[in-house]
Amino acid sequence: MTILGIVIGVAGVIIIIALGAGAQSLVLGQITKLGANLLSIQPGKSDEKGPPAQLFGIVITTLTRDDADALRAVPHAQAVTAMAMGSSSVTWRSKTIDTNFVGTEASYPQVTSFGMKEGVFFDSQQEQGGANVAVLGYSVWKQLFQDTGINPIGQVVKIRSSTQTEAGGVPLRVIGVVEERGVAFFQDMDDMIFIPLVIGQQQLLGIHYVQSISMKIDSAENVQPSIVDITNILNQRHRIRKATDADFTVRNIADAVSILSTITNALRLFLTAMAAIALIVGGIGILNIMMATVAERTREIGLRKAVGASNSAIRNQFLIEAGTLTFLGGVIGIILGIVISYLLYLLMIYLGYDWAFVISITSVLLAVGVSILTGVVFGLYPAFKASKLNPIDALRYE
Amino acid sequence: MALIEIEKLKKNYVNDEVVTHVLHDINFTIEEGEFVAIMGPSGSGKSTLMHILSFLDRPTSGLYKFEGKDTKDFDDVYLAKLRNERVGFVFQSFNLLARTTVLDNVKLPLIYSKKKDYDKLAEKALESVGLSHRLNYFTNQISGGEKQRVAIARALVNNPAVIFADEPTGNLDSKSGNAVMHILQKLNDRGHTIILVTHETDTANHAERIIRVKDGEIISDEKVTKRTIAEADRDLAK
Repeated sequence: MTILGIVIGVAGVIIIIALGAGAQSLVLGQITKLGANLLSIQPGKSDEKGPPAQLFGIVITTLTRDDADALRAVPHAQAVTAMAMGSSSVTWRSKTIDTNFVGTEASYPQVTSFGMKEGVFFDSQQEQGGANVAVLGYSVWKQLFQDTGINPIGQVVKIRSSTQTEAGGVPLRVIGVVEERGVAFFQDMDDMIFIPLVIGQQQLLGIHYVQSISMKIDSAENVQPSIVDITNILNQRHRIRKATDADFTVRNIADAVSILSTITNALRLFLTAMAAIALIVGGIGILNIMMATVAERTREIGLRKAVGASNSAIRNQFLIEAGTLTFLGGVIGIILGIVISYLLYLLMIYLGYDWAFVISITSVLLAVGVSILTGVVFGLYPAFKASKLNPIDALRYE
Repeated sequence: MALIEIEKLKKNYVNDEVVTHVLHDINFTIEEGEFVAIMGPSGSGKSTLMHILSFLDRPTSGLYKFEGKDTKDFDDVYLAKLRNERVGFVFQSFNLLARTTVLDNVKLPLIYSKKKDYDKLAEKALESVGLSHRLNYFTNQISGGEKQRVAIARALVNNPAVIFADEPTGNLDSKSGNAVMHILQKLNDRGHTIILVTHETDTANHAERIIRVKDGEIISDEKVTKRTIAEADRDLAK
């Protein structure tokens, strides 16, 4: 019971540090998966950190494919792609699954950096000509083809928008399957089917605008200048004079990362405070048990003094005892902390996040150090009290 | 040079502003190698006197010279060293550590000294009280007489100048008590100074000299004419 506070405190320290490292690896993983230095241009003006306008049901139709073409003029743009997305059902033979479709350009793989499991991504000729081709995301392939053992390349699937009520759909020939990409920014990147932009726009959605333009910038220091370039080009094209009238938003993935790290830091601070409180409570427990121990062993202290123990020898003995007690609590706490961190890791993996299980030596040493220190700090008074006992009074103590 | 020399020794206790005079004007000298019994009824101050002599307590006033040095100047650290190296204690209630082996109990004073060879010295001390066969017993597994002999071994282990025995037979039956007195006499024969505190004349008669204390004053100090020599216990004789 006494060392429970220490156990909780130390386990807390371990978990916090492991959680911090895990969250960090998750965030970093998300960035590299989406591709670093990525900008996203969305229609509608919104607050820098607020949600995009589409979320409020406002449809803004001013962002077009021509805008995307114009943006290729941005000096540091490596790749630009426009996108029109929606939900759809995909049928192959008798199987039908629901998935998201992404109508996009041939440059999409360069923007988001991924490789192909099989086949190829459509080229710009196929895309601009509106060829009836499709590239499957990993889990789409898995659901439709994996069990059958049939090579998906060359097979024809039928796709229809979820809003479409009548039967039928657009037949598309599968030309490639994307490798497994996992979750990026809390979105399953495998549950997707990629089709030429015009197919998505005209045949599935019946629109002429795009929902998003993504741009990859060549290096991190050119991200900010590029945002200025994009804003200038689009302002000119859309004849916008004042920033408040803008009908588009340029988002930087790094901004989103900083929001996330703010959240994880706050969480860390909160957990640290909890651990500190647990350690203080544990320390008071130690103080209590050491006071009881000193009272219980008064005669022993008297005897030890009678056979020659000096005050400092008695004080050290009780300090070491308190330190050992909390050290034990620390060891149990470390084991508990590692086990809980591991369980959290398993949970995160199960939920599909790219979590890392990291127990650093520093965190273990820190936890051990803190636990021993707690014992010494809270054991100091009882140990001092024991050392000052008069041997005669101590020996006579009943 | 006398081992112990005290002059005009006084001890008062102050409790709630009431001053109790426990000892007044005690004077005596004890030479090296003596076997002295301090006798008196309970409340006479004999235990207080022993505590002062054995550095567990300090006198209120008066002179106490130990091995020629005035003890007034000794600090706590030095007193701890003296208790460790120069004196040994045997208590009425044994005061052994529970849940600890006989050997570890005897080793206790050595932990606080700078000596090496703990085990060898402790085994030797236990051999001289006839307990070599109980080394690894726990202190709750042995009899009262054996406990007191462990306590004597503990008092002996640092080869002190004086062994103080405070009613060493008080909690023992006569047979065990006799064995303890036999060991104390044997140690005295080997040159250890023994100071025994008791209220029983029979026990005191094992000493060579009896100092009688009553109401904080010495009432007599004389040689024992018919000294009792404790016979070796047959069980111990092996």
